[in-house]
Amino acid sequence: MLIVPCPNCGPRNSADLRYVGESRPRPDPNSTSTEEWRAYLYERANPAGMLRETWYCRSGCRRFFTLERDTVTNEFTNPPTPVAKLGKRP
Amino acid sequence: MKRRPPRYSAVRLLSRGARKSVWPRVWREVPLRDSYDAVVIGGGVHGLATAYYLAANHGITNVAVLEKSYLGSGGSGRNTAILRSNYLTPEGVVFYDRSLELYRTMAVDLNMNVMFSRRGHITLAHSDASLRTMHWRAEVNKLQGVDSSVIGPAEIKQLAPALDTSSHPRYPILGALYHPPGGIIRHDAVVWGYARGADALGVEMHQKTEVVDIVVTGGDGPGGKGPGGRVTGVRTSRGDISAPVVVNCTAGWATLISDMAGVSLPISTRPLQAAVTEPVKVFLPVVVVSGTLHVYVSQTARGELVFGASVDPYNTYNIRGSLDFTEGTAGHLLELMPGISRMRLLRQWAGLCDMTPDYSPVMGFTPVEGFLCDVGWGTYGFKAGPVSGEQMAEAIATQRTPELIAPFSLSRFESDALVGEKGAAAVGH
Repeated sequence: MLIVPCPNCGPRNSADLRYVGESRPRPDPNSTSTEEWRAYLYERANPAGMLRETWYCRSGCRRFFTLERDTVTNEFTNPPTPVAKLGKRP
Repeated sequence: MKRRPPRYSAVRLLSRGARKSVWPRVWREVPLRDSYDAVVIGGGVHGLATAYYLAANHGITNVAVLEKSYLGSGGSGRNTAILRSNYLTPEGVVFYDRSLELYRTMAVDLNMNVMFSRRGHITLAHSDASLRTMHWRAEVNKLQGVDSSVIGPAEIKQLAPALDTSSHPRYPILGALYHPPGGIIRHDAVVWGYARGADALGVEMHQKTEVVDIVVTGGDGPGGKGPGGRVTGVRTSRGDISAPVVVNCTAGWATLISDMAGVSLPISTRPLQAAVTEPVKVFLPVVVVSGTLHVYVSQTARGELVFGASVDPYNTYNIRGSLDFTEGTAGHLLELMPGISRMRLLRQWAGLCDMTPDYSPVMGFTPVEGFLCDVGWGTYGFKAGPVSGEQMAEAIATQRTPELIAPFSLSRFESDALVGEKGAAAVGH
């Protein structure tokens, strides 16, 4: 069981949230190349170590935020960062 | 350097037992050499099958299988050992059916009792939408010559009397996809069988040998790695090895290995949990799967119920179990079979799954010459072990992609030719 520190609701069971996935900058679909767009869609870093990831607090504050977690020990290290535009995926 | 290990048979068992003679080790432990024709990273069913078929079908015996732990320590020993070929896409169906064919004759081919029990496999439908998918899968299967059909609650009750087919449950059973050739097998025996067979043909297995780097030259990326480069060998915790061919069969650790060669993969690593109950008398003669309830269950030859769920909802390399899983899955199991409420749980465990976006594997050549992948096996890798080994061996020996695995190449993500198997592979084992 993973306890996720939500910036608004405090520590919550991961079942209360939705895991969005690795946080990556989204290229502008209007100007990006096909290769870059596909890399954004499919490729994953999938590190065994620190990973910046996006969560959505679906049964609490219903906000998106990013966190840093060690994927080997499952420990969160840095305080959560709310995603700048509320409701919009990074 | 072909060896002849003692054949396993009832006569030998009796005579050796009577003489109280000790059986020799199943495979040798030999010193690590500094050069091989091919190096397979990962000593699970995929890696061992690849090495076995390289030797058996193509006569390439100067092969080393490198395993960082012990053989079969990863997904090969952690899966729920369910075999089936009732997939959703025609590409998937023919591929997995070839695997089932190899499993069928495996006990004879490898002279190892793999305990394949072809007991039938039912995938329950709890809604009109899933019943529609079952019909779809049945028709795709029939078209490829695979025995699958949709059955109603009365027939389900006959196959598995313990199931609650009444209208009382929250998710009543409306029908099921019945796949008679499906069943369960002893997964450890499959690993040992391939290891023993490969060893007899001269392949070397090196346990406790971790690959720490892959040597690539001439590539576009940093350090000469990446697309356009060429593999020349691997560095391991026990010394450097030069090899023109390196195969990545490392499942959950796939991206860590391919990163060493500068190849990026569309893979996320997630744990999959499973559990086993105490043994009881046989009451569940078929494998039962419910996609809606995220559970699959079968009864082993020992009488234990083995059940599992879908992958955990977040990426991690941590294989600790969680109460969420036990609570949730046991609850779902009770909804299917209320009669087992007094059964006790023996243990639970987790394995790492290398999930791809389309629930199909990544197999064959990569942009780095000599570096091949047999990864992205997610939650369905064990049942595909034999065919993957056979096809990967063919790819290595002939230097071209066999037709059966062509749809699963890494380049499908560049041409948007994904093989969507989520409907048949996400939970349904």
